[in-house]
Amino acid sequence: MISEKVEERARVGREKENGQSGEAPVKRQESSRAVTEKAASLSAERIAYLEGLVRQARTAAAVFTQYTQEDVDRIVKAMVLAGLANAEHLARLAIEETKIGVLEDKVIKNMVATEFVYNYVKDKRTVGTIHEYPERGIVEVAAPIGVIFSLTPITNPTSTVLFKCIMAIKTRNAVIFSPHPSAWRCCWEAVKIMAETAVKHGAPEGVFTCLESHTLEDNAYVMRHKDVGLIDATGGPGAVKAAYSSGKPALGVGAGNTPVYLEKTADLDMAVVDIIVSKTFDNGTICASEQTVVIDDEIYDLVLEKFAGLGAHICSPKETELLGRTVIDPKTGSMSSMAVGQKATDIARMVGISVKPNTKLLIAPIQGVGREHPLSVEKLFPVLGVYRARSVAEALKVCIDVNHLGGLGHTAVIFSRNDEVIQKFGEVMNAGRIIVNSPGSIGALGGVYNDMVPTFSFGCGTGGGNSTMDNVNIYHYLNIKRMARRTPPQMWFRVPNQIYFNRNAVENIRQFPSRSTIIVTNPSMEQFGHVDMVRRYLPAGTQVHVEVIPDAEPEAKVVMKGVETLNFYKADQIIALGGGSVIDAAKVMRLKYESPEADLEELAAPFLDLRKRVIQFPTVKTNRARLIAIATTSGTGSEVTPFAVLFDKEHGRKVTLADYSLSPDVAIVDPQFVMSMPKGLTADTGIDALTHALEAAVSVFASPYTDANALQAIPLIFKYLPIAYEHPRDEAARTMMHNASCLAAMAFSNAAVGVNHALAHSFGARFHVAHGRANALMLPHVIRYNASVPTKFMPSPNQVAYVADKKYAAMADGLGLGGRTTEEKVNHLVEAIEQLLDCLAVPRSIAELGISKEEFERAMPDLVKLAFEDPSWRSNPRMPLMSELVELFWKAFEGRGVASRAGVEPRLTA
Amino acid sequence: MATSAGWQTTDAEVGAPSWQAAREKVERAEGEVVVDCSAVSRIDYKALRALEDLADVADIKGVKVALRGVSIEMYKVLKLVKLGSRFSFLP
Repeated sequence: MISEKVEERARVGREKENGQSGEAPVKRQESSRAVTEKAASLSAERIAYLEGLVRQARTAAAVFTQYTQEDVDRIVKAMVLAGLANAEHLARLAIEETKIGVLEDKVIKNMVATEFVYNYVKDKRTVGTIHEYPERGIVEVAAPIGVIFSLTPITNPTSTVLFKCIMAIKTRNAVIFSPHPSAWRCCWEAVKIMAETAVKHGAPEGVFTCLESHTLEDNAYVMRHKDVGLIDATGGPGAVKAAYSSGKPALGVGAGNTPVYLEKTADLDMAVVDIIVSKTFDNGTICASEQTVVIDDEIYDLVLEKFAGLGAHICSPKETELLGRTVIDPKTGSMSSMAVGQKATDIARMVGISVKPNTKLLIAPIQGVGREHPLSVEKLFPVLGVYRARSVAEALKVCIDVNHLGGLGHTAVIFSRNDEVIQKFGEVMNAGRIIVNSPGSIGALGGVYNDMVPTFSFGCGTGGGNSTMDNVNIYHYLNIKRMARRTPPQMWFRVPNQIYFNRNAVENIRQFPSRSTIIVTNPSMEQFGHVDMVRRYLPAGTQVHVEVIPDAEPEAKVVMKGVETLNFYKADQIIALGGGSVIDAAKVMRLKYESPEADLEELAAPFLDLRKRVIQFPTVKTNRARLIAIATTSGTGSEVTPFAVLFDKEHGRKVTLADYSLSPDVAIVDPQFVMSMPKGLTADTGIDALTHALEAAVSVFASPYTDANALQAIPLIFKYLPIAYEHPRDEAARTMMHNASCLAAMAFSNAAVGVNHALAHSFGARFHVAHGRANALMLPHVIRYNASVPTKFMPSPNQVAYVADKKYAAMADGLGLGGRTTEEKVNHLVEAIEQLLDCLAVPRSIAELGISKEEFERAMPDLVKLAFEDPSWRSNPRMPLMSELVELFWKAFEGRGVASRAGVEPRLTA
Repeated sequence: MATSAGWQTTDAEVGAPSWQAAREKVERAEGEVVVDCSAVSRIDYKALRALEDLADVADIKGVKVALRGVSIEMYKVLKLVKLGSRFSFLP
């Protein structure tokens, strides 16, 4: 009485638990429905029986999770010894029950399934941490699957059970076996021996169970059971299909049709013996065994002679036809079950072919592959098709045909000494196991003739409709978790290895010998006498040509004209004398001069991480020309950077190339070249330098190396830019600004810039505003934006916290601006920048440039698109949303006063 | 509140009788029973089945069973056999 109540309450309790198990409601309903449908054809008693089995296995699997590696290894060893001790007993049972195969071979199979598998698994870790990759910060942790439902075949019944039991214990899983009905008794015995041994040595009770006198409905019920984690179906296509149709993760491994290519260079004696060994092993019941041997014409007759000499019967055309009609079912085109695993002599008798008493193998010459050639299909008995091939190409084609006739993904064999042919065979065969110069069946089992993983389940990949192409092994019985530790990103600090600075630094070009030097410059440099100054310091005998380019951001056609000059004069040295545009042009000229095939459009392809970019810059240099950059402005820092900006006139956009191969070899930072800079240019370029330093400092790629440069540059710019602006001939101020510009450039060469540059690039290109001036318009707004809590953080392993606001505050401290809180300090920094910009008399709003609100509004979609496409923001500490770019543009349009202290507020003007 | 304290079940021989005692306690109790599991290092198959039984009896009797000092490993096992929600847990 009480027990009935207990059972009922237990059911209610279990349902309650299931409802809280986290399983998706829809899935649970579907699963329940499917089970209910199947249950309709099962009696309540049968369902209770099946539920009991699953429950027992589930409990055992749960208990098993507590076991250590030492526990399972101890149990496995005991099981293997028990398996070996019972190898003959189980083989005998299998033969008696199935009437398939050879006793001696079945003993060997049982021994391979225990001893060889043990040899493979014994030192493998399958509990807890199984692999560690400290250099990658990865640790693999093994977890059991739980309950595995395992179908085993008639052809290899007990060996498959032994194999799966060992795998299951090694991986701490419980298994419910469903043997082939015609091999149930021997499998039951094998399961019993394994279970008793395992439990005796500490395994949880119920770890192995076996369905009794089961039906397809039983299988379907268990396959769909929510507590079954994996179905491992080794057997015929029906069992495999049922497994995959269950909706459960399944290891379904299937049928084969192994082609063999016996190529003319092969060791024929070895090949013939290997094929006989393999095809007669357990009377051909291993699905990897040879089915059709394709033999080169030159050796065909000799090979058949050798087969005959070793006990094979070569069938006449009439016998072949008779055999094909008898052992292959004409209705299905598949092998007759009557012949499976039978001896060659018995098959001959069955068919009515007269053979010698000791005949091992029936060899049937076939003329083609397909339904009209019955013996070209899989034959799990000692009947072998042979085909005479007139060429390697024909042989490979026939092997492909056999492979595609029911053997996709399984096994293929080649005998050859020609590595090229072997390689080709491996490429064209769709087979998980391509066995070279060894027997197919025993070779595929692994661990005997080769170093493949020992198995009794051959995965056939997607070609065979399977989830794996591997030799199924312990790792398929594990859930392998990967613990990935945060790895510090590899960082770098790369700048030209020679930087000469301060007055007369230009004299250092003397030390660089050159036969032919091209000076790339613009007209004003000639006017100021700078070109002559450079000429003066070039070593005597240097042939010099001056390539004058327009004083504007370079277009591709300007670059290509320069490349023609470089080629014409066979330049071995390029001296870029000018501001950012000239140096950028010279960088790209050198790129195209060294690597004419370089596609600038392709090289400008977007990328997220310099090291992982899809498009790589060419590394082969044909001329090895040296690039010396002499900066004549104090802002872009192009003399040390790996960037070059081209203007794409057609699309009205700037194209940025970035690669350290673009960096000049030598940088000259000599203030003599900037003494004549006009005030406006001094202001624009100085602000550009300041922006470089500010953005590099808060970049997600900032490092102590870049910070050292950026944070040194900022106070220098604040101090010396106003002086250089007001007193252009002040050499000390010019010198310090020139150095500050270079320092800032070294910082952003390695830390990159940010959203300020993305906005400025977009706006500058659209409205033809100088780069520095465009930067100035954005700068106060961007600092406030970056200093506020991001809507979206920029993913970056280099950042362990959001520090942009604190870095701005540190800059304010460095400038002695005061303030108590971070917010106050940021405000002081913005105010100081505002004051600096006031001093430099640069426009403080886009409106001041004469751009109307309507025109700006019309341009906004393009502006945002270009800014978002610009790679600069990808190192910004805060990931800009497009709506935020719109907001920042509008703040820049309206100018001072809009840079509120509250950061960017949502605005819907996009 | 009845408290059943201090049993150790690391193997079937020792464990099973103790869980049986707990079951009896639950059958006699009203309200809540606390079972001290702090000394259980590994729960075996029989003990687990006994716990399932205990949960069933507790459901019938309307008694709440609280397990005290359950290790992480044992907690995981209880979750795997879906017993996690049938008990409450005390530190």
